[in-house]
Amino acid sequence: MAGTGNPRRGYRDVAVAVPVTVPYERYSIQPAHWWIARALKELTECADIRPTDLDGLSVSSFTLVPDTAVGLTQHLGLTPRWLDNIPMGGASAVVALRRAARAVEAGDASIVACVGGDANHVDSFRKLLSSFSRFAQDASYPYGYGGPNGSFALLTDHYMRTYGATREDFGKICVAQRANALTYPHAIMKTPLTLEAYLSAREIADPIHLFDCVMPCAGAEAFLVTTADIARDLGLPHATLVSTIERHNAFPDDPIQMRGGWAMDIDELYAIAGLSPDDIDVLETYDDYPVIVMMQFEDLGFCKKGEGPDFVRSHDLTSSGTFPQNTSGGQLSAGQAGAAGGYLGMVEALRQITGQSLSQQVQGVRTALVSGFGMINYDRGLCSGAAVLQGDGA
Amino acid sequence: MTEPIARPPKKDPQKVTRPPELPPVQRSRAALAMSAAAARGVFALQRCAACGEIAYPPRDACPKCLSQQLAFEPVADGGEVIAETIIRTSTDLYFRQRTPWRIGTVRLDCGPSVVAHLHGDVTAPSRVRMVSKLDKSGNAVLMALPERETENMADDPELRELTASPKFRRVLLTDGRGAVGQAVAAALSKAGASIVFVGIAEPWKPFPGQEQLAAIPNVQIMELDLTDTISVRELSGEIGGKTDIIVNTADHVRPGGLLAQGNLVTARDSFDVNVFGLQRLAQAFGPGMRARGADGTNSAAAFVDILPVYALANTPDFGFYSASAAARHSLLQCLRAELRPGGVRVMSIFTGPVEDDWRQHVPPPKVSPGKIAEAVIAALNGGIEESFVGDVAKDIAARFLDNPKVLERELGL
Repeated sequence: MAGTGNPRRGYRDVAVAVPVTVPYERYSIQPAHWWIARALKELTECADIRPTDLDGLSVSSFTLVPDTAVGLTQHLGLTPRWLDNIPMGGASAVVALRRAARAVEAGDASIVACVGGDANHVDSFRKLLSSFSRFAQDASYPYGYGGPNGSFALLTDHYMRTYGATREDFGKICVAQRANALTYPHAIMKTPLTLEAYLSAREIADPIHLFDCVMPCAGAEAFLVTTADIARDLGLPHATLVSTIERHNAFPDDPIQMRGGWAMDIDELYAIAGLSPDDIDVLETYDDYPVIVMMQFEDLGFCKKGEGPDFVRSHDLTSSGTFPQNTSGGQLSAGQAGAAGGYLGMVEALRQITGQSLSQQVQGVRTALVSGFGMINYDRGLCSGAAVLQGDGA
Repeated sequence: MTEPIARPPKKDPQKVTRPPELPPVQRSRAALAMSAAAARGVFALQRCAACGEIAYPPRDACPKCLSQQLAFEPVADGGEVIAETIIRTSTDLYFRQRTPWRIGTVRLDCGPSVVAHLHGDVTAPSRVRMVSKLDKSGNAVLMALPERETENMADDPELRELTASPKFRRVLLTDGRGAVGQAVAAALSKAGASIVFVGIAEPWKPFPGQEQLAAIPNVQIMELDLTDTISVRELSGEIGGKTDIIVNTADHVRPGGLLAQGNLVTARDSFDVNVFGLQRLAQAFGPGMRARGADGTNSAAAFVDILPVYALANTPDFGFYSASAAARHSLLQCLRAELRPGGVRVMSIFTGPVEDDWRQHVPPPKVSPGKIAEAVIAALNGGIEESFVGDVAKDIAARFLDNPKVLERELGL
């Protein structure tokens, strides 16, 4: 098996700092370049460094076309010695962090700016869907063209049949995240959500209803990856990277997605960190639909496969609850700014464990688990990743 | 249980005709090979010649062994629905007009899981029978049907999008003088067509079967001469706006190759009926049909041409006739692309020789007009783009698929 001959190693003194959010807008006339530039400017201002000090850049964006990270260097006047372009949607931030961390460890870069950002024009979601992937073009869009709603509706339907999850269970996740979002100034959703309103919302693709879906919007999220020494020299509050995993196209023989790639690697994630699920103080899951949040509770080891519904029923998922989860509201309430959606949880976790929270600060949090999930290439999400970070807490 | 479709009301000329949007058109080249199989009514998926894996969606390498020897082959059509959803909102214009639209995940007995359209009589979970059919964009899509026939099964709205069912549709059959035209007219009437307009050239000339033809329910005899542009134009002016299906039964058959003396006139006659007749018909009726491809229960649906299988390769004893068939085949390919934006299907019914005055010297087996009529109905009900009727047509098609150059020599012996 892959990996046994060359096991993963932990990280040495990799610092993650400067959580930046460019406030989301439902629609904006600005292109992706504008959003990404604004995030980078804020990174340099907050860190009190010059743009030329960024000698590493990692970019994730769906709407940068025809450009990639390469074009951005000239566009923005950067001269990095390390450059990455990560087209992994919701897994982008975890993967960007993993790679940037190794670059910093190896001395290939000193300060890496990791940024995810996307435009959202009036018709851009439809255009993005139409050219998303070859398998989607050939084998998923010709079937009702429901986009990710259709794909997740099938996964959700199957999960509900198999494990007895109810709409109320998914509603509890969405309602708790909305409560968290109301404390987060950048959240797109600003009104409370009741379970009744969740349950009676209009159908989108049964069993998916309106509040199971994210709101596409424009925005950007970013953070810096550097060495602990440089972070200290710059006087930046920072978290330390402890452990990460990444997996693509896991369990291809599962007839329908019932688990993500985390299930393949989760033991190693905790083993390298020397931690167990009980040690996680705050969890930021990838939440384009609540079913995948429930699967992450299982696949990340907080409960066994099939126990997700019970886990949700027996926990309070709000920031002041027994299991703080998606403390800025997640994409379900903060909005999904394209690839920035994959960054939302990472940036929020960084704020929480470094005592810089813009949302309600969870008290005593030092260890965060952030997980990412992305890219419905055909019938299931292919990319998954997770990272454990530790900070000095609030 | 599928609700039987109701007879459509008379069209309100004040109301706007629904524009014929298409489902997503773009496909990879590998996926087009699946469409080619579906065009002949075959449920085929890629099988790896190296390891036997069945792969879906269509791709360029085996996901088990990376071999590139993937060929589309007929596979077991059984499966089980393991998840379903009803799409209620879509950014795609075609589906927006047709929601709610039900789809599901089907675990195929042959291996892969597929996303498929679900027939209304399919429950989840349940066993299903899979079909691969061309959607309005001309591309193969998978649909899960109930394992056993159900009542009014063909009336399912999602299935009806994949067929050109004659039920409640108005058909123009171009030549009722011959046995083939008469058999097809009877079959269309029986299949539920609301009107079968039957074209007769020079109707004052009597012909065998005339009375029986006129007695078929819903048949209306119309004057139509495919060699006369004005005649075709006049008929399209009269019924063009309510012609949902055309079945071209005209066929001018004469023996003879290229070296036979004095056959220029018969050659010209053959082309005038078989090629230019098709052209006149397409030009008079095609644009109207293309605009009415989504016009409700009796939308324009199909242009069917019955042509000799020697369109694929020349049989020298009917050399010029074969040439006219080849031209006809080529023009049907053209027309297929031209009518596709309207979601109107072009169906080729390739036949072997029928028993008639001009083919008395041709040895059996021959195709009966009844078999051709059955094939026309099957093509319409099944949404099949290319059908081969009778043993000779099937044999020629198999040889053509195997090696067209060998077939040329076989026919030239």
